[in-house]
Amino acid sequence: MTTDTEPVVEKPPVRRRSGLPGWAVQALVSLSAIVLALVVGAVLIIIGDEKVKSASSYFFAAPGDTISAALTAVGDAYQALLVGAVGGLNPIAESLTQATPLICGGLAVSLAFRTGLFNIGAQGQLIVGAIFAAWVGFAWHLPVGIHLIIAVIAGIIGGAIWGGLVGLLKARTGAHEVIVTIMLNYVAIYLLQWLLTTSAFQRPGRTDPISPIVDSNAQYPQLSGNRLHLGFVLALVAAAFVWWLLNRSTVGFELRAVGANPDASRTAGMSVGRAYTIAMLVAGALAGLAGTQQVLGTDLPLTDGVAASVGFDSITVALLGRGTPVGTVLAGLLFGALNAGGLQMQLQTQTALTLTTVLQAVIVLFVAAPALVRSIFRFLPRERGLGAVLAKGWNG
Amino acid sequence: MHLELSGLTKSFGSLVANDSIDLVIEPGEIHCLLGENGAGKSTLMNMLYGLLQPDSGEIIINGEKVVIDSPSAAIRHGIGMVHQHFMLVPVFTVAENIMLGREQTRGGGVLDRKKAYARVRELSDQYGLHVDPGALVEDIPVGVQQRVEIIKALANDAEVLILDEPTAVLTPSEIDDLIAVMRQFKEAGTSIVFITHKLKEVKAIADKITVIRRGKVVGQAEPSASEEELAEMMVGRAVELVVDKQEADAGDVQLEVRGLTVIDERGHTAVDNVDLDVRAGEIVALAGVQGNGQTELTEALLGLTPVAAGAISLGGKNITRAGTRERLEAGIGYVPEDRAHDGFVGSFSVAENLVLDLFRRAPFSAGVALRTGEIERNCEERVEEFDIRTQSITLPVSSLSGGNQQKVVLARELSRSLKLLVASQPTRGVDVGSIEFLHKRIVRERDNGTAVLIVSTELDEIAALADRIAVMYRGRIVGIVGADTPRDELGLMMAGASKQEAEVEATEHPTTLGSME
Repeated sequence: MTTDTEPVVEKPPVRRRSGLPGWAVQALVSLSAIVLALVVGAVLIIIGDEKVKSASSYFFAAPGDTISAALTAVGDAYQALLVGAVGGLNPIAESLTQATPLICGGLAVSLAFRTGLFNIGAQGQLIVGAIFAAWVGFAWHLPVGIHLIIAVIAGIIGGAIWGGLVGLLKARTGAHEVIVTIMLNYVAIYLLQWLLTTSAFQRPGRTDPISPIVDSNAQYPQLSGNRLHLGFVLALVAAAFVWWLLNRSTVGFELRAVGANPDASRTAGMSVGRAYTIAMLVAGALAGLAGTQQVLGTDLPLTDGVAASVGFDSITVALLGRGTPVGTVLAGLLFGALNAGGLQMQLQTQTALTLTTVLQAVIVLFVAAPALVRSIFRFLPRERGLGAVLAKGWNG
Repeated sequence: MHLELSGLTKSFGSLVANDSIDLVIEPGEIHCLLGENGAGKSTLMNMLYGLLQPDSGEIIINGEKVVIDSPSAAIRHGIGMVHQHFMLVPVFTVAENIMLGREQTRGGGVLDRKKAYARVRELSDQYGLHVDPGALVEDIPVGVQQRVEIIKALANDAEVLILDEPTAVLTPSEIDDLIAVMRQFKEAGTSIVFITHKLKEVKAIADKITVIRRGKVVGQAEPSASEEELAEMMVGRAVELVVDKQEADAGDVQLEVRGLTVIDERGHTAVDNVDLDVRAGEIVALAGVQGNGQTELTEALLGLTPVAAGAISLGGKNITRAGTRERLEAGIGYVPEDRAHDGFVGSFSVAENLVLDLFRRAPFSAGVALRTGEIERNCEERVEEFDIRTQSITLPVSSLSGGNQQKVVLARELSRSLKLLVASQPTRGVDVGSIEFLHKRIVRERDNGTAVLIVSTELDEIAALADRIAVMYRGRIVGIVGADTPRDELGLMMAGASKQEAEVEATEHPTTLGSME
């Protein structure tokens, strides 16, 4: 599944003045946004660096010291980031591990985007998926193979319920999905916190909110000697499935039509409400799958930090991935690499891990404001992509 | 005022919208700018009104070269414009709208309403443009709103008035009033640039006609030229303006509507107790001014809007409560009034749009999987059959011209076997060449035995297609008349007169356009 198998037909209209295909223009904008984010990050590294600070106290006497200190700081930090992300088998495995739930969560947001819905609720759907998967994982005891499959299915169902509820409410009552998903995120996190105080979930003998460790039969098998697990393969399968669903199935045809023009879809005899419900059901299932990857792949016991900020980062992954399955996988890999590399950077150069969060945020900021990126990189052609998706999501 | 445009050129990217256009407008002249949609008329006028800047060329007023870089500069030079879509504040009164932007105040910044009212009265008396200065714009009919726009331009002492497609929203009698007003301007020495693509109107009022095609002036014509000659200049080839059609061979009643009542979202009765029959093999045209319930009636037929009372049956089967998909599958084809809004998905390809309501059926899908090969093959066939001009079947439909977009919609609806075709404004915003084609296809569908219901606000279109005409006014059908009913009678019925009243009135007071027939 490479980008050139992606048919042009499903792209939003792009002014073809540049002669470049739509996806290439979008990729260029995304790349430019990444470069810009690295520049902003460099400025922050320089400001925060101790050596630069001391050298700048005698800046006018020897400006060269400040500049070389700054260059060293930036160079060291980014080198550590790069090495931590892709410098060898272990770093790569860690990057892929970090990317796994981001890809599934990103797909959950992307699929909803394409149906004209702004799914802010990947976090809640992921948490409910993790609750279901964890419970099946530690409370049941099943043979090898079957246990994992059942636990994963349970997680998918949990997420699907949480997401489908949103679609159903939207279809039946017109409740805005942004409000509903935000609220359901709160419900999910407090539900998790409460469950972890009940005897059904809390690990015997513990007073802190933590569940028993899931059975080894219910854990995703490791793919190598490190943390990388089978969930990563499932994430790629999920991406392929979403691609097929959107581009090669009647259901996806309906979802995309409703997302692009609900009025024309209704006139053509489609049920807009049904499309919203299906989209949110599948989106929730994908986020639930991300939840299983967290709890059955890396965390193993269920804690109230199981989702970390994966559900929210998924929104940025989907934004950067332009709502397409291929883009979402690439964006998920990038964010996974930044997370993995950030840890290494903090260890080696004392640059705060939060810098990677800043990088991610700045990337999305630039992607969401393509006009801004274009005004900096004049060579970029015009495009109509993400802004349209975003605006539609909010107005939907 | 003597206005001259010399060598005006404007391009957008690789598209040359205006290519070295020369135009002279003499004082007190009604100058028609005739051209198809997308020929470049609006671009030219927007340059004249300061909304666009020419790439090259000059605008010369009374022998002096001027630069018009904004609408306020245009107004300063005595150029006024009435846009196709009015620029009025609905919740303001007529007088407030007219003084907007040049408010006169008494001491302390208090608005001087009295003066504004007086100015409106003065202008409306002078030109016979009757408006109530104190009425709210949202309460007055579209024809009167247009008068407000015209008075607004006059209040700026316009010496050249640009009217962009001014008749599109008017009833036949309002068009007649507008023609009278334009003649008065002419006598007072005001020049008028009249932009249109309607041939009858051009012949009725123009002093001089300039025809524009693909951004170039293709020539001047006299008002005495025939409609066929004008159409040929406009399109660049001979066109049949009247569809060649046989007498209808009407069969059984296919669509039967009884006592249909629709209440719209605001609680108004949009369709009021309507009875209507359409038989197989005939075309019934629903005539009426925009906004008299035609939209709601067609939406009710398709199940897109709830029915408050009454019954609809198709081929003897009651479908009043059926969903849209069921009705489409029962054999209704639908060309919606606003194609970009309801007729297609703009970002979808031509191929995808051609199966928008067919993708669930064989051969376009097998189970839940789409068969893209079949969808593409279908597209190639339809593109060939309907002469849809597109560079590639993978291009989004939004990149096509209006006429080709409409062909996509009609091609899709006609590609399955129909009992009833409902086509609303089938040729709105479509070029003359495509109109000819679309009309022919609709007539051919009738000849295949399909019942056809056309909704149109254009009398020319109704005259071209209808076997019977139902006239709608304020949600009711005021009469069902033969296809040979004179234009003036239809116009009066569209304003609410009964058939008998209309007959009398039409013979006593013929209108300008009506008397041309």
